[in-house]
Amino acid sequence: MPASEGSPDSSSSSRKSSKKPKYSRFSQQELPAYKPILTPQWVITVFVFIGIVFIPVGLASLSAANQVEEISERYDDKCGPQTNNTCERKITVKKKMKNPIYVYYQLDKFYQNHRRYVKSRNDLQLRQTSRGREQAGCDPISNTANPIVPCGLIAWSLFNDTYKFSVKDKDINVDKKDIAWKSDKDYKFGSQVYPKNFQKGEGGIGGGKLNESLPLSEQEDLIVWMRTAALPTFRKLYGKITVDLEVNDVVTVKIQNNYNTYKYGGQKLLVLSTTSWMGGKNHFLGRAYLTLGAISLFIAGCFIVLYIIKPRPLGDPAYLSWNRYPGGGI
Amino acid sequence: MAKGKIRSKLRSSLYTFSCTSTPNKAAEAEELQGSVYSRLVYCNEPHQLSYNSNSTSTTKYNIVTFIPIALFEQFNRVANVYFLIAAILSVTPYGPYDPFSAIAPLAFVVGLSMVKELIEDWQRFLQDWKVNMRPAQVYTGHGIFESRPWKKIMVGDIVKVEKDKFFPADLLLLSSNYDDGICYVETMNLDGETNLKVKRALEITMDLDEDNSFREFKATIKCEAPNPSLYTFEGELEYNKKTYSLDPIQILLRDSKLRNTSYVYGVVIFTGHDTKVMQNSTKSPSKRSRVEKQMDQIIYILFSLLVIISIMSSVGFAYLTKFDMPDWWYLHAPDDKNLYNPQKPYLSGLYHLITALILYGYLIPISLYVSIEIVKVLQASFINRDMHMYHEDTDTPALARTSNLNEELGQVDTILSDKTGTLTCNQMDFLKCSIAGISYGQRPSEVELAAVKKMSMDFDAEDHDFSSAVSGFEEEGNAETEGTSNNQDHGRQIKGFSFEDKRLTGACWWKLPKPEIHYIFFRILAVCHTAIPEENEEGDGYDYEAESPDEGAFLVAAKEFGFEFCKRTQGSIFVREADPSSEEPVEREFKILNILDFTSKRKRMSAIVRDEKGEIFLFCKGADAIIFDRLSEDGRTFEKATKKHLSDYGEAGLRTLVFAYKKLEEADYNEWNNEFQNAKNSDSSNKDEMLEDLSDKIEKELNLVGASAVEDKLQQGVPQCIDSLAQAGLKIWVLTGDKMETAINIGFSCSLLREEMQQICISIKDEQEHDAEQDIKSDISKQIMSGTQKMKQEEDPHAAYALIIDGKALNFALDDELKHQFLHLAVSCASVICCRVSPKQKALVVRLVKEGTGKTTLAIGDGANDVGMIQEADIGIGISGVEGMQAVMSSDFAIAQFRYLERLLVVHGHWFYKRIAQMICYFFYKNIAFGLTLFYYEICTAFSGNAVYDDWYMILYNVAATSLPVMTLGVLEQDVSAEVCLEFPALYQQGPKNLFFGWYRIIGWICNGVYTSFIIFFFNILTLYTEAYRVEGQTPDMSIMGATMFTCIVCAVNTQIALSLSHFTRIQHIFIWGSIVVWFLFLIIYGAAVPETSTGSYQIFLETLAPSPLFWITILLVVIACNLPYFMHISFQRSFSPMDHHIIQEIKYYRKDVTDRHMWRREKRKGRHEAKIGFSARVDAKIRHLKGRIQKRGAVMAGQEML
Repeated sequence: MPASEGSPDSSSSSRKSSKKPKYSRFSQQELPAYKPILTPQWVITVFVFIGIVFIPVGLASLSAANQVEEISERYDDKCGPQTNNTCERKITVKKKMKNPIYVYYQLDKFYQNHRRYVKSRNDLQLRQTSRGREQAGCDPISNTANPIVPCGLIAWSLFNDTYKFSVKDKDINVDKKDIAWKSDKDYKFGSQVYPKNFQKGEGGIGGGKLNESLPLSEQEDLIVWMRTAALPTFRKLYGKITVDLEVNDVVTVKIQNNYNTYKYGGQKLLVLSTTSWMGGKNHFLGRAYLTLGAISLFIAGCFIVLYIIKPRPLGDPAYLSWNRYPGGGI
Repeated sequence: MAKGKIRSKLRSSLYTFSCTSTPNKAAEAEELQGSVYSRLVYCNEPHQLSYNSNSTSTTKYNIVTFIPIALFEQFNRVANVYFLIAAILSVTPYGPYDPFSAIAPLAFVVGLSMVKELIEDWQRFLQDWKVNMRPAQVYTGHGIFESRPWKKIMVGDIVKVEKDKFFPADLLLLSSNYDDGICYVETMNLDGETNLKVKRALEITMDLDEDNSFREFKATIKCEAPNPSLYTFEGELEYNKKTYSLDPIQILLRDSKLRNTSYVYGVVIFTGHDTKVMQNSTKSPSKRSRVEKQMDQIIYILFSLLVIISIMSSVGFAYLTKFDMPDWWYLHAPDDKNLYNPQKPYLSGLYHLITALILYGYLIPISLYVSIEIVKVLQASFINRDMHMYHEDTDTPALARTSNLNEELGQVDTILSDKTGTLTCNQMDFLKCSIAGISYGQRPSEVELAAVKKMSMDFDAEDHDFSSAVSGFEEEGNAETEGTSNNQDHGRQIKGFSFEDKRLTGACWWKLPKPEIHYIFFRILAVCHTAIPEENEEGDGYDYEAESPDEGAFLVAAKEFGFEFCKRTQGSIFVREADPSSEEPVEREFKILNILDFTSKRKRMSAIVRDEKGEIFLFCKGADAIIFDRLSEDGRTFEKATKKHLSDYGEAGLRTLVFAYKKLEEADYNEWNNEFQNAKNSDSSNKDEMLEDLSDKIEKELNLVGASAVEDKLQQGVPQCIDSLAQAGLKIWVLTGDKMETAINIGFSCSLLREEMQQICISIKDEQEHDAEQDIKSDISKQIMSGTQKMKQEEDPHAAYALIIDGKALNFALDDELKHQFLHLAVSCASVICCRVSPKQKALVVRLVKEGTGKTTLAIGDGANDVGMIQEADIGIGISGVEGMQAVMSSDFAIAQFRYLERLLVVHGHWFYKRIAQMICYFFYKNIAFGLTLFYYEICTAFSGNAVYDDWYMILYNVAATSLPVMTLGVLEQDVSAEVCLEFPALYQQGPKNLFFGWYRIIGWICNGVYTSFIIFFFNILTLYTEAYRVEGQTPDMSIMGATMFTCIVCAVNTQIALSLSHFTRIQHIFIWGSIVVWFLFLIIYGAAVPETSTGSYQIFLETLAPSPLFWITILLVVIACNLPYFMHISFQRSFSPMDHHIIQEIKYYRKDVTDRHMWRREKRKGRHEAKIGFSARVDAKIRHLKGRIQKRGAVMAGQEML
């Protein structure tokens, strides 16, 4: 589409007087402007273009999602309703899972996004040894006399179920390194900051305890937990299994059932999943892309049909209101 | 200083004209109680009583009241009150986010508006100060007058006013330089009338005409309390132990001007705000545009939405707190502040309501007001800097005095215009005359010129078979056009004389047939008048001080014809006549025996003179109908020809007078004169009637001489402007202080009236004047009814009616009982002319139209008499660059010439309306799209009042991420170019019809906002549900969700605005795409800050979002999905039911206007709104007439063939 230029300078008189407005294209509202017209060609092009871009993207997303193998196993009911017990679950692998296989725990009805919960932390004390006494914002899990590190509800309610995997009585190692975001480990949680007074009675015992000899930056479970989830149903990374799981392998999981979800009736799930370039097994994006692409093509079709039935030459003055409704009215 | 006016809460409520009288502080008040007069003035003893000072103030605030009142006004806006409360509450623990993010925007918004108010008021103050410091000569005792500023003048002071100076206060005239104590006054600023008025001092004070005569002067004036009536005054003067009653004729009003008189002395009666002119003034009301009022309603809707969703979330919160929260051990409830207390769910719910009300505040666009204000200031600067509205001669650019009403300019329905100084220049030009049945004067009037131009243009586009039929007409027109253009080049310009005809101006009229008739014609011009000659500054001629500009034009014309009026003495007029027999002019004396004055009833004026030969003549000039009735049998020789000329002149928009004379026999005259003198000296009550009868008796058996045609010179471009405005569908009313005849004449010359229009005149007949009010009222009601009846029965679709109403009748018509009938009649008439209306009536008419029709009114005027209507109308426009500044000071926009109104409305108004309408719609859209995602997320957080976004994102949303593109829309968007706006005035109707801010459109945008919020939220939720976010297995958390969602919003709403623009300059591109870029930059920079500052957003973009394909794919999906429906809407609308501007855009885009000129011109003509006024309508009527004739002829011929 070519840009049509605004009309250039207007006649400026020779006599210069003080109050005469000075000419500028801006002040005369004559800036050169691109005035695109939405012609039928453009409409069809745009819709068809959306269609032919979206459908392949959708197919790619879907196939990525389909490549991902995911097994999830609810265990709160079988292992409950008491905590602090161990139980064993057996999971059959339906399809081959290539390593790395990610191990997640999934909770629901857990409002990690609750306003009271989200705010209850102090980023300063997590990072800097010198600010270890900071308790601001950590209410109610805070103690100014004996400062708690890490303070606040989030840390206090740390998830503490543990899983042990074995296939055919052979233990499978779960790699718990590098499950947190790098920036969290490197910057947000200090390598010189150690847990202090944690779960020592302030507000009772919440969730898990921490190894006081490890600096926070190495407590990756805590770091993962402290990235609060956006929704009440969420998954968090527990670790990685670095061996492949074959079809029909039966994975035995020994669960140390510590975390109390029985009080509020929430589920606990153990999830094993591989990933693709798109992440986890989520069909939504692929479907949405396909649908939108299809809709676009459909609209393009409708538009073409309508346009054939009722063509309107561009700039046809017959469509001006005074020609359409000679009686007046626009 | 300021009468600190606190704006009433009901903005639309009317200010009242009637002012309560100031309580009289005089100690002598009791003394006056018995009498009707409540004011006491001790002349020459100004310090006796304390009255209002003479300083005036029109400011809204003073130093003390500025802060409280201006703040009060700011918080009159509902939204501001809400944000104030939100800001206060955000300091408490209930606030969902940082107090700074609530207070800063509010302080900015309110501060900016207050600064604007301050600047505006400061300008008003400077203007007042200038007036208050004007010098006046005040008597200080011992025969000395001293110069003092106006504000120091006190009641009782004696002041001396010199020629061409304004009176500083309302004065009682004591004496003037004339022996008979008269003076001439120009009251233009008061009532818009331009003819001079005579004021006369009491005989008893006439001798006080020297500075020294006031040494011993003492007198007492008792008079009425200050009131706004300009034409009445009651009071009495007690002087030398005698009491004399006072009339309005002795009163000199502030803001009128002394003319033609060297000096006068007067006593100050009313000062400052007590003066009649100030009593007439009204405080400038604050005006708000229609769009803004509607915007308020949308804000109310959004408020309701806000309250509803807040209550919903509070109820949800309270429920969950009570029943579920005790089980949520990880929350460790209850807390000590009761914010989350399962034992007290209602209290916690209540606290939460506060949180929610603040959190969802993003539904209400706080930046809307301030953005609109900034946009409007920029728009106003376009008006101020528009070179097409700059008037070279007076060096005046257009000026937008307030920027509140920009978009209102695009919605005007009715224009109410003053006449003198606005439509006309207040200058009469002698243009044509008809003498002895021959018409002279070839220069066409402006009306003819304009019509001819239009016609020749139209015929090019008209069907060819028809054009041949009227070609004769056209040629005539063309010839005339050419003739004029030549004449204009060569003709020397004499003020008041545009006559162009060699036969008369060459001083060889005596060679024409019937030279004696010509001779008499010129003599009548030179002799029959009441003007006074004054030698001009160059000393080579005379200026004439005439009561009306017509007379001045006659005298100038007479001079040009060789009959120069050069001297007037008590009983004679001296005229230098060109003599055919000699080169040198001869000075001749005419003894004035009697002058029979012009009155509106008599509609004629006669002078009985004796020439040097001793012969007595009666010279008479008057309205055609009157004179034709009084012709003798022999005197009707030229009647037919003259009548034809008169009708031509009338059609050409000229005002005409007919001239006649009669020779009197000495004896007859003496006999009549005796009777006349007796009647004059008699004391009988019917003296006036007797004089009238006698005049009637002698003004009979006249001989017709000819007629004159004078052009009330219109301001440049007025007919064209009126024509375009009429085609844009605007109704034009003229409100003038002039008499009916003048007003009608101007109606013709502006093409507001035309010959075939039916005129409905409503007036009070003279004989009714003394009837009971009730009778008059019922008579006027009858007149209105019959007019309405007549229109109902009309069958011709082209028939047009004009309503002409007189000021006195208007008084009754504006009465509560009649005003709706009157309005009903008036709006169905094509044009309405109100004559002899007072300033107050002008305002009342405007109010009637405004309230009665509910449409937008625009009042335009130049004088102080127009202030009332300028203030009352939705938009007031002042004509600037003229002497008085009152109109401009009270106006909303000031332009130098009426003709700029076209550009102001059709171009600027059209654009402004569309820009602001689109801008507001978009604002609501974007805030709903954003605000509702907060609410949806709320539900996911157990209604706890947590936002998924970082605080900084939310601040940024309205400030940087989305507000600048919409402001470029508000400043720069153009649907069609300025030229097209002017060529297709019909496009203007999109504004008055409110096509772009109707509820349909607003709801559409709101729905679009709701849809967008849905898509953004749910697409994000579903994409970022529980599964891994990237190949390394990490799952999304709140900060990823927040940042992704926010990025989607920023991209989607900015893409949306790009879709709704039709005019992209570089600036739009920079702001729209720049906003998106700025957002990403912000994410990077914010992410680089220390973790304590950036919290969850630490390194979010570089580490988390950017490397993840999911992020980019989600954004693409959401942006397309959000904008698809709108894109579909605009493409289908344009393709299958396009609006006018779409088609014109296309025509322009494909240059069809250049390639198919015929079509372009045809459409331009058809695109005009079906106007019944304007010269185009006049041309159309003429064409219809001709077509009708052709058809008739065809029918007759067909009939003959049949036979």
